[in-house]
Amino acid sequence: MIQLQNVTKVYPGGNKALSDVTLRINKGEFVFLVGPSGAGKSTLTKLLYREELPSRGQIIFNGKNVVRMRQKDIPYLRRKIGMVFQDFRLLSQKTVAENVAFALEVTGASNREIKKTVPAVLSMVGLAEKAGVFPGHLSGGEQQRVCVARAIVNNPILIIADEPTGNLDPETSWELMKLFKEINRRGTTIIMATHAWDIVNAMKKRVVELTGGKIVRDEEEGAYRYED
Amino acid sequence: MRIKTISYYFREAFQSVVRNSWISIASIGVVAVSLLILGSSMLLVMNANNIAANLESSVEISVFLKDQTTPDQIKDLENKIRAMPEVTQVVFISKQQALEEMKESFGDKKDILSGLEEKNPLPDTLRIKTITAGQVAPLAGEFESFAQVDQVRYGQGVVEKLLAMSKWVRAAGLATMILLGIAAVFLIATTIRLSVYARRKEIGIMKFLGATDWFVRFPFILEGMVLGLAGSLIAVLVVYFGYLSLIGNIQLSLPFMQLVTDRDLIKPLMGGLIGLGLIIGATGSLISMRRFLRA
Ligand SMILES: Nc1ncnc2c1ncn2[C@@H]1O[C@H](COP(=O)(O)OP(=O)(O)O)[C@@H](O)[C@H]1O
Ligand SMILES: [Mg+2]
Repeated sequence: MIQLQNVTKVYPGGNKALSDVTLRINKGEFVFLVGPSGAGKSTLTKLLYREELPSRGQIIFNGKNVVRMRQKDIPYLRRKIGMVFQDFRLLSQKTVAENVAFALEVTGASNREIKKTVPAVLSMVGLAEKAGVFPGHLSGGEQQRVCVARAIVNNPILIIADEPTGNLDPETSWELMKLFKEINRRGTTIIMATHAWDIVNAMKKRVVELTGGKIVRDEEEGAYRYED
Repeated sequence: MRIKTISYYFREAFQSVVRNSWISIASIGVVAVSLLILGSSMLLVMNANNIAANLESSVEISVFLKDQTTPDQIKDLENKIRAMPEVTQVVFISKQQALEEMKESFGDKKDILSGLEEKNPLPDTLRIKTITAGQVAPLAGEFESFAQVDQVRYGQGVVEKLLAMSKWVRAAGLATMILLGIAAVFLIATTIRLSVYARRKEIGIMKFLGATDWFVRFPFILEGMVLGLAGSLIAVLVVYFGYLSLIGNIQLSLPFMQLVTDRDLIKPLMGGLIGLGLIIGATGSLISMRRFLRA
């Protein structure tokens, strides 16, 4: 489903974030991206949703060439990808339900569809009772679950999570991981950049390790090794 | 498009206008002033053209006769002039008729003229029309040499001056309007840039959620158009009512002026001003959005 072919990314100013990365991810996989800070994990995810363009190489997502994609097709690419970030990126003046509904609104979904889908997704992430609450009144774990709800409400085929547990305590992180596991079990591909070695070790999923913009390891049922 | 989306757009646009109230007011003001200048100069041009057209259609030579001229002499003179090849029409207006005409053109202010009947200062007049306007000046010179003729008048110079003035007013009005219009466009662009900045977080979220560029842009374009519309409405109200009261006054004191009073001519001008206001607003927001969306 995802294919990176000899991808190199040099930022303006000469910062080489990725160098000659080739990677293939199949539908339904759960992939951890690990590696030290500055290794290029975030850059790799940004290339997938066309936040950044590679300097060299090709990227195929869902049968489409992401690099050669025209500007006007980018929104439709992004509607197939749900994004979860470390810093949540919720709108503080909108309620939980409105934040989730916003993802549908920007795609021009009908009122009926929004009314039907949002409560279902909120109850899936365990926030049915918090629908009318503003994000500022929620704990970090709850806010991140709102983000997960927002990411899945459009039925994406891929979830990209960039250090989703970075701002959460260990117990809350585990709750969130259960949620990702469940989403993956239902068939959605997940790519998660993380530093949480205990989680990676316990999940026994595919681990892709980056160092200095190069893939140094790619293992099925891997562990977060360089901590050893 | 869904109602909810549309109401979302409008809510956002109005909230932004309120949030950036000072710079919003400045943009509205500049739009209003530029359209005010355009509107008034257009009205001035319309009136100058109207007056010129009226004068042109009535370019005729008025030959004022000396007081002692006898009816026979008048008859002779009339026949002599009528025999000239350039002349199409000769009308004799007696001094009594001239006074009546003047009273009529003064309308309900004709009282000013009462008391003139006993000692009518107006001369007997021959009004002569020529085939072309170009023949007026040489003919008028010829008439001046006739013995019974006191004075010869014709309005051609006035027509030319009026048309020249209307051209000048149009050019000056347009130039001012273009300069101020550009200023208005850039003020609106600045206003929109501020409101884009205030909502950059929301815009970032919209973009990673897969909103199209037009969805992101639309509330800002609407905001620009709201600013342009507000400015143009102010200009239209001022120009329209200002003009109505002005022509009301002029018609009272100068009843013979041929002004444009037809509302069917004024209304399209007002509609044009509102349309221009909307265009200025939309252009301003598009300018500020263009750079930003690529990022
Ligand atoms: N927008 C940018 N402009 C310039 N350099 C960048 C930019 N984003 C990231 N980098 C650089 O690219 C490298 C990889 O960064 P990143 O992908 O964020 O790593 P990670 O997510 O693994 O910490 C780092 O050296 C970083 O400084
Ligand atoms: Mg990162």
